[in-house]
Amino acid sequence: MTEPERALRVFLVDDHAMFRAGVRAELRTYVDVVGEAGTVAEAVAAITATQPDVVLLDVHMPEGGGRAVLEVLRRTQPQVKFLALSVSDAAEDVIGLIRAGARGYVTKTISPEQLAEAVRRVADGDAVFSPRLAGFVLDAFAARPDVPLADPELDQLTNREREVLRLLARGYAYKEIAKELFISIKTVETHVSNVLRKLQMSNRYELSRWAADRRLV
Amino acid sequence: MTINSVTGPPLAPDPTYRADASGHVGVPGEPGAPRPYPFRRLYRDPDHKIVAGVAAGLAEHLRLPIVVVRIAFIALFAANGLGALLYVAFWAVLRTAPRTEPRRGRRGNALQAVGFFALGAGVVLLQIQVEGFGVDATLVALGVLVALGAGIIWHQADPQRRRRSSDRTPDVTLPSAFRPGGVGEAEGDRRWFLPRVLGGGLLLIVGIIGILTVVSPTRLFSPNAAGGIDLSATITGLLFSLLALAGLTVALAPVLWRVFGQLREERVARIREQERAEVAAVVHDQVLHTLALIQRNAADSTSVVRLARGQERSLRNWLYKPVGSPSERLAAALEQAAAEIEDTFAVTVETVIVGDAENDERVAALVAATREALVNAARHAKVGTVSLYAEAEDGKLSVYVRDRGAGFDLSTVDDDRHGVRGSIIGRMQRHGGLAEVRTSPGEGTEVELTMPLARPAQSRNEKG
Repeated sequence: MTEPERALRVFLVDDHAMFRAGVRAELRTYVDVVGEAGTVAEAVAAITATQPDVVLLDVHMPEGGGRAVLEVLRRTQPQVKFLALSVSDAAEDVIGLIRAGARGYVTKTISPEQLAEAVRRVADGDAVFSPRLAGFVLDAFAARPDVPLADPELDQLTNREREVLRLLARGYAYKEIAKELFISIKTVETHVSNVLRKLQMSNRYELSRWAADRRLV
Repeated sequence: MTINSVTGPPLAPDPTYRADASGHVGVPGEPGAPRPYPFRRLYRDPDHKIVAGVAAGLAEHLRLPIVVVRIAFIALFAANGLGALLYVAFWAVLRTAPRTEPRRGRRGNALQAVGFFALGAGVVLLQIQVEGFGVDATLVALGVLVALGAGIIWHQADPQRRRRSSDRTPDVTLPSAFRPGGVGEAEGDRRWFLPRVLGGGLLLIVGIIGILTVVSPTRLFSPNAAGGIDLSATITGLLFSLLALAGLTVALAPVLWRVFGQLREERVARIREQERAEVAAVVHDQVLHTLALIQRNAADSTSVVRLARGQERSLRNWLYKPVGSPSERLAAALEQAAAEIEDTFAVTVETVIVGDAENDERVAALVAATREALVNAARHAKVGTVSLYAEAEDGKLSVYVRDRGAGFDLSTVDDDRHGVRGSIIGRMQRHGGLAEVRTSPGEGTEVELTMPLARPAQSRNEKG
């Protein structure tokens, strides 16, 4: 993992200044932290101005949280990638941000190396799933014969995608998954990206219900 | 169905991280500011009044020009003075709107007022001229008297007026309705209390007696009609008792209503207070206590981690109420096992559970084997994190316990080492399951446990 490339430009959005300072210090050796914001309005203005590669986005903030930021910027700044970073493990928080357009979701207890790795992955256009998120997706896409599928392509996972998610949930890194399934890391990334797309586009009952319960969609 | 609590990935919590969910107490369905009433209420509008603001209030409520409403009232004067009765009745019943903005200077209403008064007087005079002052008109006039009396008493007891004074002297033990006056501007209310009640009561009684007189003059005041003396005396007595009762009700209704409203408000406040106390109990008894312990053990990073993890878990449980009890559901049982391992060995068990199953003998064995695998990982792997993944799918339960730690050579484990062979492999086999251990030195360890889910029919046979 020592590509001599341009340092990624990362922007932090979190309403806790202490947390921002902590992440900034941790990430300094890996990426270029170009700015930070503590409110939704600040974030929208500063991200538009600085044009970072990746935004680390807190889920819970006053005035609508990370979702509000995403909803404004997804339209105006489609090239900016978002990675959600939160203490919350609640399914509705996870699904809400992913469906609003975040490329991944990690919890705040992640190690600096793993976080830097996740940022890099998101910047490359891939998806980042924490074990927790993988478990959630497996649960939401569980095969239920009684539920009719509106769109079979979007509403169910392939066996391979299921296998990849299962290994992610078991705590495997992408490299380990590739080794376990005898496929390349690139293929693993493709599978995860496909799952992300299905998660964002599918109208599966479980996903819609979670979203509707929280008035997210 | 549910994905149950996953505990975060590795790493000792950095002290710069915020203390977990503390910023989000009560996250689900955050209660926003109370919404304004979804319906519009009819109020009087003293800002645009000529007499008492009834017409202005009605016009505002009906979204009509004020002039239209006023003319309608005056036109109804022609119907034996019905307009007056309606006006006074509205005035008696309606409250003034809670003021949202400072009172604006009253606009040139004086001229308009003179005009409307002249118009009203003209209508009434014309009517008397044409029809004379008939019985109906007398009734309406008396009705106006009754409404006026009731209005005077009711407005005296207007909760809006009182609230201003009770705000200033909060008294939880006694609903402020029972308290006289209050202080400051309420003084005026108190001074006028007796005159208003007496005057209003007088108007009420005169009005009601008058109405009864008009309606049944023969019965009340001509008791000499043949043989009717006893009967009419009884009726008269009855009527006056009813009258007194009605008067009392009319006079006391607003006071009772206010007391009722206040009791309700106090109940709501008490419920809110209880909720606050519950939050305070969690924050105080647990969180603050843990923070104090963390400060005292600051040098010992292992106990700090252990304390922080334990607190995090209990806070999460409190915020996102867990489903089912450990004795009933697989997911809850696994989580409990993971929590115990975390507490005992100061490691992080990253738990992901997909699906759930009811607890039975086999599930209990699976949980016990899982716990043993977790203990082994926590004790021997020498890493901070253990992954636990469980799923209930396609008629079988699978559990994976994985660490990236030291690993070991399976062939060198002695037969007398009870942990792996007895507690995990043997236990799983006895209950019809399978256990597989994959490890090599330096590569970490993964224990895979599978157990076929007993079909409902089978489990019934086994139990029976």
